[in-house]
Formats: sequence, structure tokens, C-alpha cells
Amino acid sequence: MSLYQLSKLLYTLNRDEAEQARFRSTPEKVVADYRLTDEERNAVLNADIGLIYVLGVNGQILMHFAALCGIEWADYLQQMRDGIKQHGPVRAGVYALMSSPDERVVK
Amino acid sequence: MSLVFAGIMSHAPGITGRADRAPAELRDGLYAAFGRLREALEAAKPDAVIILAAEHFGNFFMNNMPAYALGMGEEYDGPIEDTAWLRIPHRLVKGNADLSRRLITNILNTVDVSYAEEWRFDHGIMVPLNFLDPENKMTVIPGNINCQGPPLTPLHRVWAFGEAIRRAADAVPERIALIGTGGLINEDWDREFLGRWLENDKAALLSYTDEAIYRDAGQGGFEIRTFIATAAAARGKGELWFYAPIPIYAVGCTSAVMEIV
Repeated sequence: MSLYQLSKLLYTLNRDEAEQARFRSTPEKVVADYRLTDEERNAVLNADIGLIYVLGVNGQILMHFAALCGIEWADYLQQMRDGIKQHGPVRAGVYALMSSPDERVVK
Repeated sequence: MSLVFAGIMSHAPGITGRADRAPAELRDGLYAAFGRLREALEAAKPDAVIILAAEHFGNFFMNNMPAYALGMGEEYDGPIEDTAWLRIPHRLVKGNADLSRRLITNILNTVDVSYAEEWRFDHGIMVPLNFLDPENKMTVIPGNINCQGPPLTPLHRVWAFGEAIRRAADAVPERIALIGTGGLINEDWDREFLGRWLENDKAALLSYTDEAIYRDAGQGGFEIRTFIATAAAARGKGELWFYAPIPIYAVGCTSAVMEIV
């Protein structure tokens, strides 16, 4: 579990156009710059929004990664809901700190 | 000279990015309320506008997260997001580093505010500017309260920050306006909160806990911090100009002003 590293990767991608270009051409090199678990690395490479949400990334970071991946707003919300169904409650981060098992999907 | 204007408004990216997907009458009502806010802000003739936001990891991250920050740049730019996604064109925004320095110096007497000479505005500031300053002529000082990455600053300190902004604004010769911008999200809860805000009921405003906010209102509720700081700065009663949940915008859309006392 390296939520900080995973979050930092997405934070950097969100704000750095050069990094976005590098991610489009050689995504495996970008993820290699961060100390990620296999599950985290694959979630990013597969743009698995539901799993990234369950891993605990803040929605204010995740929504921009979803937009970068060309995922529509309604699909983004649905993928987070599906992620909880598939992988269980959010495991770390702000939503795990504050939430009950009756998980909500945030804006 | 003093604080000359105080208001609050929503900033969710859907307000511009998904503008066309809301019912037209709701969107038009919201846009009209934002237009009214712009006219009132202009009528107050501010020399600078502090936009007190709850930014979303555009500039501040968990490697070094300030509870409070103010901009101290000569200029800023935004949006940091994809302009096609947010549907707000890129702009350079005029700052005033000298005024920022004087405000920050004063605020530091009571609140350990961070300063930032670089700041790329995200939707939290760009959506308000899109409506309040369509011609990009205002002098802007960005402010931020960490409402995203816990631990979050407690509400009684938010109140102290608002009071510090007021003291600082009153201590400079310039006319200062303050816009707090945050995200409400759950209609019943939002109306209850806005009732407390409009009355400027300090005890009621400070009685929330983050656990209860998250349970009852969701993550956007953490951003009431910007509204509470604005109330602490203005000291008067509020007047609600618009409230309606617009689900496709993912926010309880709000526009209100507060009397300066």
C-alpha cells in the first residue's frame, strides 16, 4: 500500500503537460518512477478508476485523471460505484478515514 | 482602507464544463445570480479581490500541505485543468505582490499563513473569476484553506483566519473584497448550513465535526471552511441570492452576500 506514491503520480500527471505526453507515449516508464505495488501500477496503466478509488485516491485528484483518460463524467461516477462493488470498501485515505461501510461516491 | 465587499459562491467544474447539461431554467437562474454578484462586486470598487478557495491539489499537495495560504505573486495563471474539460480559456491574472505582502505580514500576527509567489489557479478560483471578472481586469489575491487532505484545520481556527483577513484588510489603504468559494452538495444539509451562515451564528457554524460533515454532506462539505472564514471577516448578516442543487454540476449551487459590520 503506497497511497501517497500513487496519489503523487496522478497529481503530477494532472498538472504537468510534459508528464502527460510522456504518459501517453511510454506509460510504463512514468509508473516506474514511483514506488507502487503491482496492483497500483496496473490500476494506473489500465485506467482502472474503480480500483484507484478503492485504493484511496482523493476524488479531487482522480477526477482529473479520469478526464485525462477520456472518461465521461457519468462513466467516472459509475466506475467508482462499480469499483466498490468489485473490490469492497475504500481501503485508505480520506474516504476510509471518514466513511462507514455504506460507502458514498463523492463529487 | 477596509473590507468593502464579502460574498460566497460555488465553484464546481461542472458549472462551466457541463454547463449545457443542466435544465436551462436552473442554469440561467444560477448564471443570473452570479451576474448579480459580479455587479455588486464591481459597485464596491475594490482595488483587489481575495478569492478564498479550497483548491484541489492544483498547487498544494501532501508533500507539504499548508492549512492556510495566500498568494504573493505579481501574476497568476489558470486554469490548470484542461481548458476543453473546464470550458474556461486560459488567462494571466494580475496580482499585487506588495499588497499581498502587507496583508500576509498583518495576518501572521495571529495565523501562520503560508505564502506562495507561484500559483496556478484550478477550477476553484477560475470558475468564480469566469463569472465575476469576465474581462480579466481585476487584481486578484488567491487564498486557500486545506479542505482536501486531512488532517484539516479545525473550524475555530478557520474563524480566526477570517478575523485575521478582516484585520489585515482594514489595516491597508486599498479597498479589499472577499469572495469565499466552496462546495455544498446535499440539499437539506446545505439549507441548514446556509441558515446558520446567513445568521452569522458563530457557535452553530463552528459546531460541525468533519466526521458528521462527511457522513451527512460528503467531501464537498469540508469546503464550508471558506464560507465560515468569510462570515468571520464580514461579521454581518447574509443575504441568499441563489440556492439550488444541480446534480449534473455535482454541487448545491450557491450565491450569497454578507453585510460588512
